[in-house]
This record gives sequence, C-alpha cells and structure tokens, in this order.
Amino acid sequence: MAQTMKVFGESVLRKEDDRFLTGRGSFVADMLPPGTVFAKFVRSPYAHARIRSINTAKARRLPGVLDVLTAQDLKDQVGDIITAWTIPNANLKTPAYPPLAREVVRYAGEAVAVVVAENPFVAEDARDLVEVEYDPLPVVTDVETATKKGGAPLHGDAPDNVAFKWTLAGGDVDKVFKEADVVVSQRFVNQRLQPTAMEPRAAIAQFEPGTRELTLHVTSQNPFVHRLILSIVLKYPEHLIRVIAPDVGGGFGSKIPVYPWEAIVCYLAMRLGRPVKWVEDRMENFVATTHGRDHVQYVDLAAKKDGTILGIKARVLANLGAYLSTAAPGVPTILFGFMVGGCYAIQAGRVEVTGVFTNTTPVDAYRGAGRPEALFLLERIVDILARKLKKDPADIRRKNFIPADKFPYATAMGLTYDSGNYPGTLNKALDKVGYEKLRKEQSEGRRNGRLMGIGLSTYVELCGLGPSAVVTSTGFAGGLWGASTVRLHPTGKATVYTGGHPHGQGEETTFAQIVAEELGLSVADIEVVHGDTKLTPYGQGTYGSRTGPVEGGSVALSARKVKDKARKIAAHLLEAREEDLEFADGKFVVKGSPKAAKTIQEIAWAAYMAGNMPKGVEPVLDATTFYDPTNFVFPFGCHVCVVDVDRETGQVKIRRYVAVDDVGNQINPMIVEGQIHGGVLQGLAQAMLEQSVYDENGNLLTNSLIEYLVPTALEAPRIETDSTVTPSPHNPLGVKGVGETGTIASSQAYVNAVCDAVGVDHIDMPITPEKVWRVLHTK
Amino acid sequence: MQPHSFDYVRPQTLAKAIQVLSENGNRAKVLAGGQSLIPVLKLRLANPRVLVDINDLPGLAFIEERGEQLRIGALSRHRDFEQSKLIRGKYPIFSDVATVLGDPQVRNLGTIGGALAHADPASDWGTALLAFEAELIARGPNGARTIPVDRFFKDTFTTALRSSELLTEIRVPKSEPGDGGAYLKLKRKTGDFATIGVAVQLGLDAKRNLAGVRIGLAAVGSTPIRATGAEKALVGRKAGPTAFAEAAKLASEEARPSSDLRGSEEYKRAMIEVYTRRALETASARAGR
Amino acid sequence: MATKRRKVSPKRGSIRRENGSHTITVGVNGRKYTRPVEPRVLLVDFIRDELRLTGTHVGCDTSHCGACTVLLDGHSVKSCTMFAVQADGHEITTIEGLAQHGRLHPIQEAFKAHHGLQCGFCTPGVVLAALELLQVENAPSEDRIRTAISGNLCRCTGYQNIVDSVAAAGEMMRLGKG
Repeated sequence: MAQTMKVFGESVLRKEDDRFLTGRGSFVADMLPPGTVFAKFVRSPYAHARIRSINTAKARRLPGVLDVLTAQDLKDQVGDIITAWTIPNANLKTPAYPPLAREVVRYAGEAVAVVVAENPFVAEDARDLVEVEYDPLPVVTDVETATKKGGAPLHGDAPDNVAFKWTLAGGDVDKVFKEADVVVSQRFVNQRLQPTAMEPRAAIAQFEPGTRELTLHVTSQNPFVHRLILSIVLKYPEHLIRVIAPDVGGGFGSKIPVYPWEAIVCYLAMRLGRPVKWVEDRMENFVATTHGRDHVQYVDLAAKKDGTILGIKARVLANLGAYLSTAAPGVPTILFGFMVGGCYAIQAGRVEVTGVFTNTTPVDAYRGAGRPEALFLLERIVDILARKLKKDPADIRRKNFIPADKFPYATAMGLTYDSGNYPGTLNKALDKVGYEKLRKEQSEGRRNGRLMGIGLSTYVELCGLGPSAVVTSTGFAGGLWGASTVRLHPTGKATVYTGGHPHGQGEETTFAQIVAEELGLSVADIEVVHGDTKLTPYGQGTYGSRTGPVEGGSVALSARKVKDKARKIAAHLLEAREEDLEFADGKFVVKGSPKAAKTIQEIAWAAYMAGNMPKGVEPVLDATTFYDPTNFVFPFGCHVCVVDVDRETGQVKIRRYVAVDDVGNQINPMIVEGQIHGGVLQGLAQAMLEQSVYDENGNLLTNSLIEYLVPTALEAPRIETDSTVTPSPHNPLGVKGVGETGTIASSQAYVNAVCDAVGVDHIDMPITPEKVWRVLHTK
Repeated sequence: MQPHSFDYVRPQTLAKAIQVLSENGNRAKVLAGGQSLIPVLKLRLANPRVLVDINDLPGLAFIEERGEQLRIGALSRHRDFEQSKLIRGKYPIFSDVATVLGDPQVRNLGTIGGALAHADPASDWGTALLAFEAELIARGPNGARTIPVDRFFKDTFTTALRSSELLTEIRVPKSEPGDGGAYLKLKRKTGDFATIGVAVQLGLDAKRNLAGVRIGLAAVGSTPIRATGAEKALVGRKAGPTAFAEAAKLASEEARPSSDLRGSEEYKRAMIEVYTRRALETASARAGR
Repeated sequence: MATKRRKVSPKRGSIRRENGSHTITVGVNGRKYTRPVEPRVLLVDFIRDELRLTGTHVGCDTSHCGACTVLLDGHSVKSCTMFAVQADGHEITTIEGLAQHGRLHPIQEAFKAHHGLQCGFCTPGVVLAALELLQVENAPSEDRIRTAISGNLCRCTGYQNIVDSVAAAGEMMRLGKG
C-alpha cells in the first residue's frame, strides 16, 4: 500500500503533556463536587487481634460528623471483596475478605470503621475519637514461620496458612538432574515492595436519586473491572454504575485491585445522598494499598560441565498477605512459573509455589508482577553456575540461548515464544559497554585491590495479556481481549475509544499515531478517550504490558475497518472499482488518474450525509473491534550494569548502565525509551534500596517515605539505551510490550554486578552497603 | 493528614515572643522553618495549644564575623549557608552540613535554630557545632544566657532550653589560618537522616602538627556526641595517616550506636572509624598547611 | 545573608483574627487573595481547596515527595509542610502561573520536547523545583540539576528525561527563546 506520511514509528510529542505541564490534569483528588463530604477510615494498629468492642459514640457527637459505620452497619449492604483469579488445580482457599473487619483484624492497617464528616479536619478529629478495644492474637509476617506447625492461623479454612499449592512441570526434570555434571543451588529472597505510585489512591462516589445512577471516580487502571466487581459486592446493577478513572498518577499494579474502601465510599454516597470523597494519605497508602513481590525461593539448576543448562527447579513460598487481593493468586503462579526458563533452551523445569497467608498487607501485582521474580532467580542462578564452572557469564548465556532460527519456540514450561533474537541484543549490549575492555580492566584492578563488577541480565518477558482462552483457563475471571472504536466525525476529525486505561504510558498519543498512520489523518485531529465506562466499549484496562499490543492491536484493526468502509464509499463516489483505488496521504485515488480522488474527510462527510451511499453500506464512518490475540508477546533484551565498590564502606556506585531491548516494532521510540528508563530505575530501586520491613508485632516499619527508600535523581544512574527490532509475527502491528521490560531486566543486572565485584555467589536484595561490607569483612 | 486545632500567633518583637512563650509554657511550640515540627503536628504526635511563629522577628537571620567569633542568627536558613561566600571560604564544614541536610525545599525553609532545638540525635548541625565548641544564646524573660553546645543537648529531642526561652544565636570561634573542618555523613539516600555522621574541626600549626582538634559524632548516641578520646590522642601530633587511623579507631570505640533500619551497631561503629579518618583527612587538607 | 522575602500588602503582622481563624492576604501567580483560614490549614490545601488551583499535588504529607512544591518568593518550598497563615504577605507561584497568554514557559516546552513526564502527577513540583535553579543558573551541570530536583520523587521517568528537559530549558532560557 502506498503510504508516504509516516507517523507510526516517529517520536511524536505527547498530546497529553500540555495539561499536566500547566497544572490542568484532572486527578481524582482534584475534584470537589458541591456538597462533598469526607470519609476517613479507622485502621487497626494491631496486625492480628480480636475486636472486643468498638465505641463510636464520642465520634458521632462531634459537630460536623455525619456517620460512623462499622462492619455491623455494612451487613447485607456491602458484600465481601472477591478475588478475580481463582487458579485451578491448586486447592485454592478463598477465605472471607470483609470490607470492614468483622470480629478479627488480620493486618495492621485493616479498616475497622469509617467516619464521614463535613470536612476532612473534622473527619480526622472524629477518627481519633472512635474507641476500639482489641485482644491481641499471635502474629506471623514471614512465610516460613507462617507455614510451620503451630504457627498462628489467620483463617479457619486455612489452618496451616496455606492458600494454595500450585505446580507447573515440563520435561523430565528428575532425569536431567540425575544426568547433570553439576547442580547449583541457592535460596533467594525476593523482598516485599511498596508500589508507591506518586498519586495516592482516591475515590469520589456520587449517587443521582433521579436516575439511580452511581458514579465513582476512582484511581483505577481498569475501570470496567471496578464496575464489575463493585456491582457484585454492592449487589447493584452494573448498568447503573458508572466508573470513571480520570487522569491517574501512576499505578504500577497497585491500582488494579478493587479495594474495600472504594465499595464503602459508594455505599456511603447512596446512604447519605451526598458526594463522598476519600483520599488516602501516604502512610495509609503504605499499609492499605497492596504490596508486591515477597517470595522465598529455593532454586536448583542442573547443567553439564561445558555449561549447557539442562533443567531448573524452583520451590517458592509466596506471601499473599492477610487476604486474597483481586489478582493475587495468579501473580506468583501463572505470571511467574511459566517464565523460569527465560531465554534458554532448557529441557525441563519444575516450579512449586505455595501461597501463604500472613498478618501483612495483601500482596498483588507490582510492575512486572511475577516475571521479575522469575527472571531474577534464573539470571542469578545462571551467574552462580558460571562462577562455579569458571566461565564467562556472557559465554554461558550465549551457549544456552534459544537460537534465533528456532522461533516460534515451544518451551519446556509450555509456552510458545513468538519471535526473538537473543544473541542480537546480547552482542549489541556487550559492544556498547565495551565488555572485553572492562573485563581486562577488572582483572588488572583486582590486583590493585580495586573492586569493579560487570553484571549481565538477558531476559525475555511474557506480556500482552492475553489470549482470552488461555487466561480464562488459568482461572482469570475476564477475557483479555482489546476493545476499541475508531469514529470519524462528519468534518473528518476522529475519536478513538479504547478499553485500555493509560496512566503515564502515553497512549493518547501512540493510539492517535496508529490511527493517523492507517487513515492518513493528522495526530492533532485525533482524540483518544479512555477511562469512562459510559463512553468506551467494555475494556480490560492497562497492566501486564498489554495496552500497546492488545488494545493498540484493536485500534489498528478498527482503523483498518474504517478504511475498508471508506474505500467502498470512495469507490462509489468516484464510480471506480475498489481494487482500482490507491490510498495514500489520506486520499483514495483512482490508479492512473490522480485527479479522481476523495479525501478521508470528504468520505466522512459523505458517510454522515448518507444521501449517496453504496448499496448495503450503512451510514456513518466508524468501526469497533474486540481483538483477541492468538498468543502473548515476548519482548527481550540484554542489560549490562557496571559498578565500582568502595571496599571500606561497601558502598556501590553504578558506573554504566546499558539497556538494549527488543520490543518489536516501536510506535513511538521516545515513549519506548521513557518506559525503559522508568522501568530500569524501579528494578534498580529493588536491588539497591527498597524493601518493606515489619517488626515482630506486624507493624510496618517502612510506613513513610522516610523509611521506604524510593530513589531520587541522585541515586538514579544515566541509562544508555539501544534496541533491535524483531516484530511479533502475530500482532497486527508487530509490537510487543514495553511497560515492564526495564523492571524485569534490571534488578539482577545490578546484583550480578555487585556479586561479580566482590566475588560471592549471592547477596539478597536490597544490597545495602552493610551487606557488601559484611561480605568483604568476613572473608 | 491534618493536625489538631491550635492557636497561631506571629509576634513582631522578641519581647512579645518571649512573653507569649512565658504565658503558655509547655503548651506552646515555636515555629521557625517548620520542617521538623509540621510533620510531627500532622502526624498528631505533638498537640500544642499555640504555635508561636518567629519568622517575623527582626535581626535573627545573619551570618557574620564579629570580633573573634562567627555569629549566626538562629533564623538563618540552611540555604543561606549553602550560598554564603564567607561560609564556603572559611567554614567549609558548614557548607558540608548545608548540602547534605534534607533536600533543596527543606533547606529553603529550615533554620539552623530550629534544627538545633529539635535535638535529633542525628542532627547534622548539632554534630558540626560540637566540633566547634559553639555557644548558643538563649533569650528568656530574664534576658540572655549562654549555653555551651555540649550542655545544650540533654537527651533525644530534649534540650536545655526552657519553655519560655528562644534560641536566638549561635557563636563559634572565628576560623584562623591553619584551621580546617569537614562534615561527612553516611546516609541511605538523599534526604535521609544520618546513618552516622562525623564532624571534624582542627587547627594545624606551621609544621602540620595538630594544635587543636574536635570531633563530633552523629547518630551514635542519644544526642550528638564528642569523641574526646580521639581528640586527645591527636593533639600535638603530626597530621597524617598514622595519627588519623589511631584516632579513628578510638572514635569508633567511643561511639554508642544501636542497631536499626539504617544499619547494625557493628556496621555503624566500623563506619565511624572510616568516616572519622576521612573527615580528618579532608579537614587537614582544607587547613591548607 | 538571609533569604530575601518580597512582601505584598498588607504588611505581615496586621493579620486579623476572629473565631480562631485568621484573615490572610497571599499573592498567587500575581493575583492577590484575601481569605479567612483556620491556622491548621496547610498551604497546599489552601491552594487546592480554597483557590481551586489543583495543579499542586499532595503525594506524601511528610515533605518527602515534593509533589506539592511551589515557589514562595521565588524559592521552592513544600506547601504540605507550611501553614497557609505563614504565607500571609508572601508571593506564591504555582504551576498554573508559568504559562503566559496561553504560551508555555520554556521549561514547560522543554519537558514536552524531551519527554520529561509520564503520568504527570509529580511534574508540577519537579518543574517548579527546577525553575528555581534555572533562575539563578542557566547552564547547570547534570549533578546540579539532579541535586535541584532531589527533593522531588518521580516514579515513572527514572529522572533521566527530566534532567535532560531541565538542561534543555536552561539553554532555551539562555538563548531567550520561548
């Protein structure tokens, strides 16, 4: 198809930026409808306790207080919160997850009552006046204690605190381990993290008694998931609920789940007939918004003397917190287990995951969700193997890569990787960083006592969630198709309605680019609408690096349908045959007669006037597509981290960080690079700084940004990016996901580098200077 | 996050401020830069009846040499030290403090007086001033009194200030040729409190012998402390690796760190040794003899 | 040398008090506002809820994230760690005050051109913190830029494009563009 205007693949500046840069973004907390009242939650200071009594009298008496509710008041009004990922064949326990604690609190920060007042000050004053008496119960916060005999059970139906046991096996694991020349083993702790989107969560519910419509503005990555679950929890008809996620200030997985407080705010709005607003503060965010990761992993890798990897085993205890959050059971299983083979042609693997309840904040998806935990253990154990066999980590990777000519490749774990060229990204990254020279410098430096390390991470990611038949077979309560409507207006401007919900990823621009490319429109003439269940087709939202490949795929298909229809109309208007028309620069032209042409705008006008339509063609120029992909997409790449270590203090400085990624075709390279920068820093933050810490009573010690160490610009390295392009063969645009690649790749690049510098098998994250110092000073 | 209700007064004269403080006793809190106090109020960890905003008081923001002393007004903001040519040129230890404390926004509002009155054991200012044997001037209903800095810090978050008194000025001996100082802070990330910190102020004679040296340590006790044993071991000796290494070891033995999220007792002690040695090296290099 | 504080009338000290609330006059983006406030109202809540300028955000409440950064007499401060009564008689600049007559300020242009923002939540605070630096130094080193924004957390960008945006803005301001 002749096409001279090139928009797809260009670094088009973002359409969304002007409003954010001028302070005119529209975040939930910015809204203040007339008559708004304010909710605050009374949260338990105990991690595990029986509630003896709750006295709300004093709080109720405070002038300005409208309502104080406890679990009893919600009975038959707000149902228990449900999990949306009931993984099969795992004996999954789904204990009750009450909106406000009934009888027992199971984590510090669990809500026991809600206060509503005329202003936020009074609400907070009243919150302090609610008197709750607790009888403390034994507390468990770590998975290994929780599953021991005699540990304190949280739920009656899970006496051993085991929520599920899930196994995935492929190939003959026992055989390859028996035949192996060498087996390396290591225990890894993939520590608990607090997602820390810069915008805390917020909700404003409004009820319109005339229409009985309930409108919830909420910080959500997936407004339709919110609507569906709220309709079940509130027993309120789905068609009378409107969920709007306006501008959302980062999610990283923590705004996927449907939280009890969101349902309660809805109920309060209906009960009081006033708009009810709840905005969490950061300390509340840290205890009451889901956490991520938190695995203890026992990993064995079997190999031949020459470095050929034969098989991998991982036995994992995954901390789920006190209750099962929306996607919680699927994150440490489905999104984790299938990826433990990574980029390598491994013959056999077995993953056993035990999900464990503890007296901690519920755990759910956090950027990468399961896949960072898988790639970390693999890329670490491969380095341990290299160390054991005294081989170069680059060589051992190269030796085991799935060859570029073997795609699509069926893995031992049961996936089919769509496309890849793993040596390509490895070689490019090594060239860029000057690997040989660095290795030479390293060995010379060691003689002079200088500690420098080089860490590699070659990763592949499963994303673009996902084919509905596959994901629903894993127990996920939702097809993961993409949804879009592309609508041209009579004047030839266009609106794109998407089922995705970008919150920083830039799809208001990239989706406009897709449509602009397909239809020859200007990006400026295209508006992308998302986040309102009343406006867009039913959609699945933004997570799992699915928005580009799946929702974007859908947008491309809708645009192509529009073009097909436009071609019919153009042929009719030009009295030509469809196949005699060429489309270029937004015009259909009759081949050989350049003056016989109709612009897409003229065709749109004609389609709306509809007085002269071809036979059997409906008026209006729009199309809707529900695109269900045939497979996931598998981006990949190689990251290299170079560090210098201060021998005296254990402090580590990143000297270089090189990221070479292959995310397939790039819609907007500027945005791709931005996603990689942010993703890399999030993974590095886990490796260098961040971790949730509970004390023995189950209090979260890292409950503020003083103690939870999110990196600033001074802790962040400069990231040198490059890419290769291996399109996905099954995706309409040849694109793969990019939102999580950086995070999935970077943690182990850093840890590998530090371990390489100090000459040790493993240091658990976060690698504090003290841990390094200990390695250096106990030798 | 909202504080409890309180009354707010903003006196225009020192006398008026002291009067309000005298009338309210422990129920009043002084609001200077507010960078420590306001988070405490928002967390409702303190619930004063009245806040006395001293930001309008005249004549409390200055950094100048007068006679044999450097005089610092208590309302001087951290940023003022970062930008002062006098400080950068002659008192680099205070530049060190002002660039590792908090973050730019905190430094724009926070004051040296407020930081001292807060009396955090990890106080960067408190530690640096210990290395200067600073004098703190407090004014109350009965006039002014001078409190030596090592008697100012009583305990964690507790000072020798009476509830009717206001800290108005800090005085340290004027820097002379051959003097040098440094403050080194180990922190987990930008904006964090010190895991440990070491302040050194020393004077070298013409032969590079240590005429005088004082060492302050942050976050290794209930208040910032002096490493007096290390100081004694250095006086009269030639500045150099041997003396510094020995003194650093002594300092680490004098430290009383405890284990917390910032590090174990053992690590902090080891870092006191490394940082003391490095601070001595930097300070003597800056002394320029 | 103390931080210079430019004053707008009425003079500080003439603050009026009734029923526990104080009447303050604050200049915001060049306009004067006189309003009664309770002493415990934070500057950020005053700006957001009273003046309805919602570009200034609240991200942490404990002065650690910088999303609430505004300029007070030209200096960046965290408006969540200051009471509105303290701003009486002072001049404040919020993100809404940068673009003039519908034209973006060079620093806003630069953030757009260099993809210095993603979700946009931290952006207003970052822009104002960086602007303070550029007002006194228009060719800052990378380290100076990183230091200037070290009181602002961003979870999306990894800071790199922010740093590049600030450097580019400095250049634009140096050349008098925009």
